[in-house]
Amino acid sequence: MSNPKHLRYTRDHEWLTETTDGVATVGITAHASSALGDVVYAQLPEVGATVSAGSPCGELESTKAISDIYAPVSGEVTEINQAVADDPELVNSSPFENGWLFKVRIDPGAEPGELLSAEEYDAFTEQ
Amino acid sequence: MSDPSRVTALDAVHRALGATMTDFAGWSMPLRYGSERAEHQAVRTAVGLFDLSHMGEIAVTGPEAAALLDHALVGRLSAVKPGRARYTMICEAGGGILDDLIVYRLADEEFLVVANAANAERVLAELRERGAGFDAEVRDDRDAYALIALQGPAAAGVLARLTGTDLSGLRYYASLPAEVAGRKVLVARTGYTGEDGFELFCAPGDAEPLWAALTEAGAGDGLVPCGLSCRDTLRLEAGMPLYGHELSEATTPFDAGLGRVVKFEKEGDFVGRAALERAAERAVSDPPRVLVGLVTGERRVPRAGYPVVAADGTVIGEVTSGAPSPTLGKPIAMAYVDASHSAPGTDGVAVEVRGTAVPHEVVALPFYRRG
Repeated sequence: MSNPKHLRYTRDHEWLTETTDGVATVGITAHASSALGDVVYAQLPEVGATVSAGSPCGELESTKAISDIYAPVSGEVTEINQAVADDPELVNSSPFENGWLFKVRIDPGAEPGELLSAEEYDAFTEQ
Repeated sequence: MSDPSRVTALDAVHRALGATMTDFAGWSMPLRYGSERAEHQAVRTAVGLFDLSHMGEIAVTGPEAAALLDHALVGRLSAVKPGRARYTMICEAGGGILDDLIVYRLADEEFLVVANAANAERVLAELRERGAGFDAEVRDDRDAYALIALQGPAAAGVLARLTGTDLSGLRYYASLPAEVAGRKVLVARTGYTGEDGFELFCAPGDAEPLWAALTEAGAGDGLVPCGLSCRDTLRLEAGMPLYGHELSEATTPFDAGLGRVVKFEKEGDFVGRAALERAAERAVSDPPRVLVGLVTGERRVPRAGYPVVAADGTVIGEVTSGAPSPTLGKPIAMAYVDASHSAPGTDGVAVEVRGTAVPHEVVALPFYRRG
């Protein structure tokens, strides 16, 4: 699955949309969901929680392992994807679409984390 | 392990299939090809194909081959008829388990010992040392075989299409030399999945054509290639122990609830006898921790090493293996717990999952038994 051009990426394998009214959507990449294997449990951050760029804010549990979800940017969580909480397999079947994890209102005062373009992320995962 | 990973004779096949590979006991092995849950379900409902070529084959041959094994292992291999197999163990003098093994008696004076990959070197060395006084040869046959497993309710039907040998009479824990897809193979009705199935020992050069023939013959039955990830969840559901998890040098067969593999009644001394006699007594009079099954309705998965706690927070045991069970649809685990908390249905047992005590039910093993 190729990495959509319109998204931004982190070295922790999260993706982030462009913001709409200051809010961006966050998920994990196909590369990450494939490495995890079948996701069986998603612990998402709570709505209203403050997350900070590069810090863990949730967990994805797969058959073999547990992996932290890292916030790609700092801000306040405005919405979580209840469909993923109910059916974590969406992270595997549709990592860039239906398997999104949460939405975050980016704190304009916070230090922005380092985000990669699709090409840069491609190059990073091929290393 | 500093050695670069060894690859099996099927390595190119795995890569062509897009497998996610993992390092396992020094071998590069397929972890999964696609969804490990789909692979698991294929074995439970149809048929799955596994590369198990990392397993360690050791041949023991000669007039005193049976006597050597009776001395070196805890089982009574001299009582096994040619063509049959036994699940057994090799223990240290102190009773600790060095490995669990399947031993196939191929002929009166010929045995095939199959050890876990991680322990094969040690088992080989122990068999040589323990066998020094016997008129028998211990031979490292690890490079002589590739091993392919065909597991699941449709396995017998798929295999029957590729051989003229009648396998309908081949019993569980029995083996038979046969020609499969034109290749010479030792067909064994054994496995580690809780389903009916076969393990095919073949020459490494025959592994690719055999794999291809099995894949083609099973296509209409829903055969899929299966990796080590689903092998682990399959064996866990079936309540089968895994060395390094439920079994170790720190446990005796009695500690693991597998005392039945120790045959005190056999003639002569065997390595570990005295210590194992004490372990057998202790298992009755003052049992150490007992291996139990745990099931939870919660979604977080108990993992190996997580503490098991009582209602008051006291640590009463430790998880040895845990995974989300595809068949039960909830997390399951095996754990060693204090005997006082080992009865099925014991109240208040929980697993500490990263700081949270998650309630679990103590259940009898196995979690799954085929219908």
